[in-house]
This record gives sequence, structure tokens and C-alpha cells, in this order.
Amino acid sequence: MSVATTHPGEHHEHHPSGILRWLTTTNHKDIGTMYLTFALIMFFVGGIMILAVRAELFQPGLQLMQPEFFNQLIGVHALVMIFAALMPAATGFANWMLPLMIGAPDMALPRLNNWGFWLLPPAAILLTLPFTLALFGIGDGAIATGWTFYAPLSVQGGIGVDFAIFAVHILGVSSIMGSINIIVTIFNLRAPGMTMMKLPLFAWGWLITAFLLIATIPVLAGAVTMLLTDRHFGTHFFNAAGGGDPILFQHLFWFFGHPEVYILLLPVWGLMPHVLSTFSRKPTYGYTAQVYSFIAIGVLSVIVWAHHFFTVGMPVPALIYFMFSTMSISLPLAVLFFCWIATMWRGAMSFETPMLFALGFIVLFGMAGLTGLVLADVAADAQYHHSYFVVAHFHYALFAGGIMGVMTGVYYWLPKWTGHMYSETLGKWHFWLTVVSFNLTFMPQFFLGLAGMPRRIPDYALQFAEFNAISTVGAFILGFSQLLFAYNIWRCVKGGEKAKDQVWESAEGLEWQLPSPPPYHSWETQPEIK
Amino acid sequence: MKTFVRQFLRQSLWTLLALPALARADYSWNFPEPVTPIARDTLKIHNEFMLIITALFVVVFAIMIYSMVKHRKSTGHQPAKFTGPKGGLQWFWALLPFAILLFIDFVLMGIPAVHAIIEMEDTKTKADMVLKVTGMQWKWQYEYPESGVKFVSTMSTPREQISNAAAKGENYLLEVDNPVVLPVGKKVRVLLTSTDVIHTWWVPQFGVKRDAIPGFLRETWVQIEKPGTYRGQCAELCGKDHGFMPVVVHAVPEPEYLAWLDKKKAEAAAAAGSGDRTWSKDELMAKGKEVYDKQCVSCHQANGQGIPNAFPALAGSPLCNSEWQTKDGKLIKDSHVDRVLHGKANTAMQAFKNTLSDVELAAVITFERNNFGNTMGDMVQPAQIKALR
Amino acid sequence: MTTSAAQTAHSHHYFVPQPSIYPFILSGGMFLLALGFILKMNGFAPGPWVMIAGAAVIIYVLFGWFGKVIAESQGGDYRAWEDKSFRYGMIWFIASEVMFFAAFFGALYYVRIISVPELGNMVAEHGVTLYPGFTGAWPSSGPKGPEFTPMGAWGIPAINTALLLSSGVTVTWAHWALLKNNRLHLNLGLAATVLLGFIFLGFQAYEYYHAYTELGLTLGAGAYGATFFMLTGFHGFHVTLGAIMLTVILLRCLKGHFDSERHFAFEGVAWYWHFVDVVWLLLFVLVYWL
Ligand code: HEA
Ligand code: HEA
Ligand code: HEC
Ligand code: CUA
Ligand SMILES: [Cu+2]
Repeated sequence: MSVATTHPGEHHEHHPSGILRWLTTTNHKDIGTMYLTFALIMFFVGGIMILAVRAELFQPGLQLMQPEFFNQLIGVHALVMIFAALMPAATGFANWMLPLMIGAPDMALPRLNNWGFWLLPPAAILLTLPFTLALFGIGDGAIATGWTFYAPLSVQGGIGVDFAIFAVHILGVSSIMGSINIIVTIFNLRAPGMTMMKLPLFAWGWLITAFLLIATIPVLAGAVTMLLTDRHFGTHFFNAAGGGDPILFQHLFWFFGHPEVYILLLPVWGLMPHVLSTFSRKPTYGYTAQVYSFIAIGVLSVIVWAHHFFTVGMPVPALIYFMFSTMSISLPLAVLFFCWIATMWRGAMSFETPMLFALGFIVLFGMAGLTGLVLADVAADAQYHHSYFVVAHFHYALFAGGIMGVMTGVYYWLPKWTGHMYSETLGKWHFWLTVVSFNLTFMPQFFLGLAGMPRRIPDYALQFAEFNAISTVGAFILGFSQLLFAYNIWRCVKGGEKAKDQVWESAEGLEWQLPSPPPYHSWETQPEIK
Repeated sequence: MKTFVRQFLRQSLWTLLALPALARADYSWNFPEPVTPIARDTLKIHNEFMLIITALFVVVFAIMIYSMVKHRKSTGHQPAKFTGPKGGLQWFWALLPFAILLFIDFVLMGIPAVHAIIEMEDTKTKADMVLKVTGMQWKWQYEYPESGVKFVSTMSTPREQISNAAAKGENYLLEVDNPVVLPVGKKVRVLLTSTDVIHTWWVPQFGVKRDAIPGFLRETWVQIEKPGTYRGQCAELCGKDHGFMPVVVHAVPEPEYLAWLDKKKAEAAAAAGSGDRTWSKDELMAKGKEVYDKQCVSCHQANGQGIPNAFPALAGSPLCNSEWQTKDGKLIKDSHVDRVLHGKANTAMQAFKNTLSDVELAAVITFERNNFGNTMGDMVQPAQIKALR
Repeated sequence: MTTSAAQTAHSHHYFVPQPSIYPFILSGGMFLLALGFILKMNGFAPGPWVMIAGAAVIIYVLFGWFGKVIAESQGGDYRAWEDKSFRYGMIWFIASEVMFFAAFFGALYYVRIISVPELGNMVAEHGVTLYPGFTGAWPSSGPKGPEFTPMGAWGIPAINTALLLSSGVTVTWAHWALLKNNRLHLNLGLAATVLLGFIFLGFQAYEYYHAYTELGLTLGAGAYGATFFMLTGFHGFHVTLGAIMLTVILLRCLKGHFDSERHFAFEGVAWYWHFVDVVWLLLFVLVYWL
């Protein structure tokens, strides 16, 4: 293909075929597809782990597993879901859609892009390998500290912690490479005439996400590096005997960890206005306000981290500061909610699957946000902290916000990607089963938390039995409903009704001007925006 | 496994059928009854906030649902074209939610929260007594510094109940061998620390949750208003038996508390005296088993086999089967006695010299050297341990 | 929005490289390196071998990948548009590095301002203490850490500061020469920078030796030792990387690469070098001096 470089414009669909195509690709669509496929697989992996956990929690008493293994499952479930399912799914969206949306020929740094993806499978292997090694008598299994790695439990832990540390390092490199690529693409490859304030909101959401990743992932890398040296090289970062402090770890972790939750959702918040405006047949309400809200969320997110450990005993001024700064995040989010609803207001709505997921997202994420608001209250948090109330809060945010947001995007763009329509009937079944069983799973957990059930316990007192049983039943329905999702995607990839270029009648944006599916190299000649 | 699956299916069905009934059943949908000023405050704040957010939720989504019903394509609604507020009235409606939220965050929710925080953190004013709580894997040690009473409190639910080999008792997982006893109506300043990893001392009815951090001290306070037995759990993941680390507090009127304290003091004096005499091997072995079953089983297991790659076996362990002192009576580093007394840094094996008495240490070490197939045949006397302190 | 295919802002197509297997192999190498390191730390015999294999793969890829990039650059594939991407990319990469160091500076701040004083202040705070006699003065290896002598600022560290600052000047000199197409001064300036970088490293190695053998200052010396060695160690590691990259650039300059118009690689490395320089200044002030 060396001709292509000497004769600009001669790009053809000329690339290695078979597996080599995927190993070597520099094409943003191929890479996007790989990210999305990987994310779907890992979603099931993480889901299966937690279904085992939910089965164990079905009744009081230990029936299926020992506590050590239980602790490993919850932590790896979380790490897999967050780092290997949700984040790659969002990066997959960015890879597929950003160049199409902003009229770019590809991502700005294509080889780096490929590297960003291929770092993920090794990291996923590192995370899960200890389970297998333990079967052969090597080590005592995966990391058993929860996803938060709190020292000194993680200093004490086995070989699984080392595996998780390096998995995080590699995932971090991947995220940073992905972020650099996205920032450069947005800054440098926009179609002529597309000013920053004409940028699609999805791109804005991702831009802020990428900045947050660059600002926080290295801090996490630093934190786990200190953990590693504490474990093996005799340092005392997290050990009082040497003047260190376990709480230092929590500060470092949550300096990353809190922005991380917005890293997970900003791409989805960016996506929402596109979907809502398409299916309301009405332009996006409050574009500028949404852009400024994204920026405000990005800034605020790095100054509120300590609300995750109010109970460690901080000075009163610190408590008050972190409480109020956390609460202020509700302001830009209220702006977003307002804009979403105002976009629908007096439109002409129709309710295809992506719209259903978007609406489900708004309602359920609203519950996550509002419960987040009360969690920010230091006094009440003394009760909620480390109880199932928090577990319920963050699944409303992570599943109903993150995963359902991703599903919105998948249904919205799938026809564009594959050139075929998915099955609307299956899509609607998937939506309703998901929403109902999701609430069946996690609503009871709010009440479990209020009644005093701590999280991360493999067995519980008798008064928690009923709600846990309901939650487990819900979780299984929820899990199996996701098979419909996978099947629907599979069907759509294989064939089905041809999708129009302009898949949805009133969708706006450059991506809809390309054929469905778009050619291998799109926007070789950049469009001009007037 | 098979029975589990069957049970699972049967009960799933039952659960689904019973859902509507559950809503009416007498059930705890909220915090348990508060018994301290802090807990009452917290419950009040929680209730208010839940009302506020429910109201927000209802209003916001009522508007959304109204729009979904009215502004549908299928009803032939023609889409409007506006993209932002225009004119004073629209700006008013756009800014109103923002202003409401500002008010809610910083005034309606913020001010009561600040008051509660200040009260919650004021551990020192007018404190009547101190209770020192030390978290350790996986038990709590309680100490009354003013009277020198100190004991360890471990979960007393039998393992058979956990493995479903026996019927579960009423207070399954929430019962201990030595509950803490506290006087009603007194402001108790609680000092917290830990010997190994972070634990969190939590009794829901006290509204108190505070971390016990190794190497540091933390404080909180309780003033129990009503006699009774209050139960809670460790709330920070602290390893394998994190779920089996309950807190049980008996709140009693002051005279009863003082009587209990005297009894504890007498027990302690008797135990201290017993360390001065020479113990026979049988006595040591019997006492040693008792200590082992309480302090060591959770890691090294009842058969002394440990858990592969996590907790070493004591059966056949080189440490338990070799000398622990040199010919001239010095403690050998990394010997059996050294390990039990001083633990091993960065592992779950803690320094038991801070937790156990001379007698208990001597007994448990002797027990380990002559049990699980270990046949050292020697004895460790309490006096020897005392000399090593 | 309307589209017209006729007009484009850029006179040429953006360079999208051909498919490449290097990223995939590089990931494999990193996997082996990590796996080997984990095994080694936990005492499994194959560990070091797996590490060596991983490192070998990584080095192989670095040669291949950078070789390819240099060839593309010399072949004229990169023009102003691509160049700009690389610049943005480098800036944000350096930004992430800044945050990596921020984590360690944050740790230093925390132990020094919060945790060590708190450990020394227990009686005042709580009425009892876990560490009788510990005052919490800095520098400290904590209540149970070993004795040690902290590193003074005005010996080797001051010399090193001078060295790095001058090396900042010499790269700028080289850059100036490049812009003026003065190859001799370009090469001299770069060579001087590389030399200063390696002298710096030599001094630092000596300083570490001194710390370990005479001062009792080791990684295990509590909060001070840990923050001292991690901060200066990671900095030293970055100086090493920077010096190697500068060497590569020097070799390329000697071969006649770069001109006054297009020299992103030179500039990228120079930025990196300045970043390392600034981190050192912070280190000098916060770790050695204050
Ligand atoms: C995507 C994930 C996500 C998101 C978006 C959020 C959003 C928020 N979270 Fe959540 N949170 C998590 C994921 C997330 N969280 C996770 C994973 C944990 C636990 C981690 C662990 O310990 O393992 C956690 C834990 C957590 C805690 C710690 C609890 C504890 O451990 O004790 C707190 C405390 O303050 C908190 C607060 C908040 C707040 C204030 C928001 C805010 O951003 C919410 C803002 C939104 C709103 C306030 C709703 C907006 C408004 C409306 C619905 C409209 C109403 C208005 C009008 C128009 C008038 N979260
Ligand atoms: C994006 C993040 C994300 C997602 C999507 C989920 C999804 C789910 N989570 Fe997760 N969870 C976390 C993030 C997430 N979680 C985090 C951060 C924690 C905290 C961990 C910690 O404490 O450290 C946590 C902890 C956590 C707990 C608390 C554990 C404890 O504290 O003891 C529970 C308990 O119910 C739970 C349940 C679930 C369930 C039922 C789902 C469901 O949505 C899952 C749906 C199920 C599937 C998708 C599986 C489908 C598979 C099949 C049906 C099998 C098909 C077979 C083949 C294909 C072969 N999660
Ligand atoms: C919280 C878990 C835990 C508890 C409780 C515990 N141990 Fe241990 N023990 C360990 C671990 C982990 C090790 C391994 C330390 C190491 O890595 O060398 C260990 C090691 C030992 C060893 C050395 C064994 C060898 O071969 O290296 C002895 C002896 C021992 N423990 C005795 C005891 C006694 C006596 C008690 C009770 C009074 C006890 N342990 C309670 C976790 C525990
Ligand atoms: Cu102790 Cu959990
Ligand atoms: Cu947060």
C-alpha cells in the first residue's frame, strides 16, 4: 500500500485479511469494532462473576463459595466492568464516531490507536489469570480487596494484588494513549469551518473525558506504584511505623476514582442530546449551556474526592468543604437534565429502542444522582457509607447510567455501523426486561443499606434475607436479558433490513451523510461546514 | 449444589409471588430505631432529604412524562424549533431549577448538615468516660483505660450454622462471646485504632461509623439513651472474615455497669496472678486449645492445616517443630515464639503480645508444639513469656 | 450544516499509516515484562527469564517502530498537518507525566504536612499516644523507622541543579542553531546536552551509593526515604530516557536529518528535556532544600 502515501487520494480497501487485519489495523472503524466487541465480551465476564456472587447472597449461610473467593469475585467484577467493559465501550464509540462526526479522515494517530486497543487484552488476562493460577496451586487467587485496593489490606494481600497492579498500569497506558488520540483528533482534524462551538456534543463530552483521564490516570498509576514498593521494596508510604498513612492511599485513589465516574458518564451525557433531539425531531436545547456544564463537571470532579471516605475521621473544615463541593456538582447536572427535558418539550416524539433507553437512562440516572446528593451529606453518610445503599446508588449510576447509556448508543448507531436495522421487537423486549429486572435487583439494595447491611460481606444476618432473595432473582433476570442484546447485535451484523444513510428521519450531523455502512476510509476529502 | 439449584428455583418463584405481600409486611424500610442524639439527628436529616429528593424526582419526571404523553409524533404534534431560552419569562423558567437546587444544596440540606457534623465531631466536650476500641483480624478488642479492663470480643455464631449444617439462631452473625458493656446516659468517648488493616466500627442504632486505622487514633462518641442490646458489624473490607466481625453493645444503667466493671477487674487480677505460677502441661494444653479456637482458627483452621498460599499450616511447620530459644535463653529470631509474639510485618499474622496474656501465649504456643501431629514435647511457661516482654 | 466536497482546507490528505504489527507485539512484550516481574517478586524461578523475554520484545519493537517512523518522516510523509498532531500529542503526553509526578509530590506533601505531625501529636489530640517520645519533626523516618541522615542540598544536588539548568541552555542553543541551519552548533549543542545529562546521572548514582552506604538513607527509611528515592528515582529514570532520546536525536542530526522547517522529533525531545528540568527544580526545592 506504499502507493497510497505517494499518491494522496488513492486509498483503497486494501489491507491484510483474516486475523492479521485486526492485529495490524490502523483504521478507526476496525479499532472501534474491536473495542466494542471486547467490551461486550468483558461485560458478560464481569456479569457472570457477579451472578455467582448474587447466587451466594441468595440465602443466609455460605453455600457456593468461601469468603476469600467471594472477595475476589466482587473486586474483579468491578474492575472488569469499569475498566474492561464500560471504558472500552465508550472508547469504541469515540473511535467509530468521532471521525465520522467531525469530518476527519481517521483518528489523528492511528498506530497509537491500535496500540491503545491491543493493550486491553493483556490487561484483562492479568486481571483474571490469578483465578486460573490458583487452580494449579500458584498463589491464592485474584485481588481480594475490592476494586479500591485499600492499603494495608492490599499490602497484606497475595500475588493477585501484584497482577491487579500491573493490569491497572497497562490499562492506564491504554487510556492515556486513547485520550491523547482523541484530544489531538478533535483539535486538529475537524472539518474546515467546524469551530469548537459547532462541535457535536458527543465530541465535547469525550474531550472533557480525555482531559480527565490525562489528569487522573497517572495519579492512580502513582498510587499503585507506591503500593507495589510498599509490598515488595520496603517503603512505608501507607504504614504508620515509617510515618506513612493508609489514608494517603485513599486520597490518591479517589483523586482518580471520583473523576473516573464522570469519565464513565461524560461520553454518555454527550450522546444523549443527539438521541433526544433525533427522536423528538427538534434541535438540541441549550447547546452552549451543556458545553459549559461539561467543563464545570470536569473541573469540579477533581476537587471533591474525599466524599468517599468521610468516615476516616477528617478535620471538620475538610468535611464541610468536601460536602459542599460535592453538592455543587448537582448544579451543572441539573442544567443537563433541564436541557434534556427541554429538548423533548414540544417536540414530536417517537419511541424507538434508542429513545426508550435514553428515557430509561434519564429517569434511573436521576435516581442515582439524587441519592448521590444525599450521600454527599456527611452526617447521613455516616449511615450510608459502606452499606448497600451505596451499592444501589452506584449501580443506578453505573448500570442505568453507564451501561444503559452505552446501549442507547449501540442501538442508535448500530444501523450506521452494520448497514442493517436491528430488530425493533427484540430491542423493546430487551429494554423492558432490563428496566424491570434492574429495578428488581437494585431497588431492594437501597432498603438493605438503610436497614444496616454492610457491603462486601459473603453472608448476612437473617433480617436481610428477603430483600437479598429478591435482588438475586432480579439479577438473574437482568443477566439473562442481556443475551437478547447480544443476539440482537449478532443478527444485525449478519443481515436484516437495509439501513438508509440517514438512518433516523431527523438526525443531524455529518455522520448521517455517509453511506451505511460507511466506506473503509471516510472523509478522505474533508467536508466543509458553513 | 443440586439441592441449591432446586431451592433456588423454588424460592425464586416464591419470592416473585410474595412481592406484593412484602410491601405490606412489617418490614424495616428505614434506619433502625435511633438510640443516641447523633442517630436521631441523622435519621431526621435522612428523612428530610429523602422527602426533598423524592419531591424533585416527582416534579422533574412528571414534567418529562407529561411531555412524553402530549408531544408525541403519533398524536400528530408538530415539533417546535426553539434551542434556548428567549425573553424574560423563559429565562426565568430556565434559571428557576438552578436556583432551587442552589437553595436546596446550600441552605435546606447544607445548614442542618453542618450542624450535625459539628455535633458529631465534638467528642471531647463533657465526655464522661473513654472506651478504646482496637480492630484486628477478625475481632474487636475493648479497653476501659480508666479501670484497666481489657478484653477481646469475637463472633460466637458456630461455624456449623454458617455452613448450613445447623439451624441458624436468632442473632445469626450478630452475636459475640464478650459484648461491650456501656452505661446508659453517659457520654462515651470512643478511641479507635487497629493492629493490622482498616476496620470500621459501626452500630446502626448509634448513628456512628468510624474507621479504625492501624497506627493512628480516631475518635467518635456515643451517648446511649435507652438500655438494650445493640448490634452492628465491621463495615470496611478487612479480609477473609470481614463479614464475621460483629459489634455487640449492652447498654445498662450505671450501677449495673459498675458492678460489671468490678467483676471484670477481679477476673483480670485472678488471671494476672495465675501467670506467676508454673503450669502443668495438661493445664497448658487445655488452655491452649481454648485460646487457639478463639484466636487462631479463623486463619490456621481447626486442623492446623491453614489455607494453602494464604495461611500456612502449623501442622508440620518448621517453626512449630524447632527450638525457639538459644542455649543461653535468648529468643531466636523468626522462631515460633517470636512469630506469635511479634507477628510478621505486612502479613495477616499480627503481634499477639499486645492482645494475649502471658498465660494465653504460653498455652497456645505449647498447644501448637504438641498438637496437629507436632511432637516437640516441650512446654513454654507464662514466666518465660513475661521475661520476653 | 452543509457539505461541499469541492473545497478542503488542506492541500493534501492526512497521512494514515499502513497497517502495522508493531503495536500488537509491543503489547505482548509489555505483558511478558509485567508477568515476569510479578513472578520474580513472588519468588517464582521463571520470573527473570520472562522479564528478559519481554524486555527483548519491547526493545525490538522500539527499534522497528521508531525506525519506521523515522523513515516515514524522512520520506516526506509528514507535513505541517501531521506535524501539528504530533505536537499536540507530545504536549498532552507530557501533561500526563506531570500528573504522575504530582502523585509523588502529593505523597510528600501528605506525609510531611499531615501524617508525620499527626503521629507526633497524639497526646494533644487524643490524650494518649501509640508512640511515646515521637515528636513528628521533619525529616523523619516515622516513629519506628531506622536512624538516618537526610541528604543535604548544597553538595551534589546543587551541582546537579547547575548541570541540568545548563543542559536546558545547551538544548536551546542547539535549537537556535537548527533554526539558523547552523549544523555545527546544532551538533555541538546537542552533544553538550547529552554529556551534561549523563554527568548528572553519574552524580546521582554516586549520591545514591553514598546514601545507602554512609547515611543509612534507604528506601526503607520511612516516609523520608520512600519519598526521597521514589521522587528522585523516577526523575532519574526520566533523565535516562531523555538522555537516550537526545542521543538518538544527536545521531540523527549527525546524519543530516531535520531542517529549520521540520524537526518535530527534535522539539518533542527538547520539550521532554525541559519538563525533566522543571521537575528537578521542584525536587531540589521541595526534597533537598526545604
Ligand atoms: C457513573 C458513576 C457515578 C456517578 C455519575 C455518580 C454521581 C454522584 N455520586 Fe456517586 N458513586 C459512584 C458512582 C457514581 N456516582 C460509585 C461507583 C461509588 C462507590 C465507589 C465505591 O466505594 O466502591 C459512589 C459513591 C458515592 C459517594 C460515597 C458514598 C460512600 O461510600 O459513603 C458519594 C458521596 O458523596 C457519592 C456522591 C455522588 C454525587 C453527589 C454525584 C453527582 O454527580 C450526582 C449529580 C446528579 C444529580 C444531583 C441529579 C441531577 C438532578 C436532577 C435529577 C434534576 C433535578 C433538578 C432540577 C431541575 C431542579 N457517590
Ligand atoms: C460498570 C460497572 C458495573 C456494572 C455494569 C455492574 C453490574 C452488576 N453488578 Fe456490580 N459492582 C460494580 C460495578 C458494576 N456492576 C462496582 C464498582 C462494585 C463495587 C465492588 C467493590 O465493592 O469493590 C460492584 C459491586 C456489586 C455488588 C456488591 C458486592 C458486595 O459488596 O458484596 C453487587 C451485589 O449485588 C453487584 C451486582 C451487580 C449486578 C447484579 C450487575 C448486573 O448488571 C450484571 C448483569 C449480568 C450480566 C451482564 C451477566 C450476563 C451473563 C449471563 C446471563 C451468562 C451468559 C453466559 C454466557 C454468555 C456463556 N455489584
Ligand atoms: C488473621 C490471620 C491470622 C491469625 C488470626 C493468626 N495467624 Fe498465625 N499466621 C498468619 C499468616 C498469614 C502467617 C504467615 C506469615 C508469613 O508469611 O510468614 C502466620 C504464621 C504463623 C506461624 C508461623 C508458621 C510458619 O510455618 O511460618 C505461627 C507459629 C503462627 N502463625 C501462630 C499463630 C497463633 C498462635 C495464632 C493465634 C494466637 C495465630 N497464628 C493467629 C495469619 C494468622
Ligand atoms: Cu474488620 Cu471488616
Ligand atoms: Cu465520588
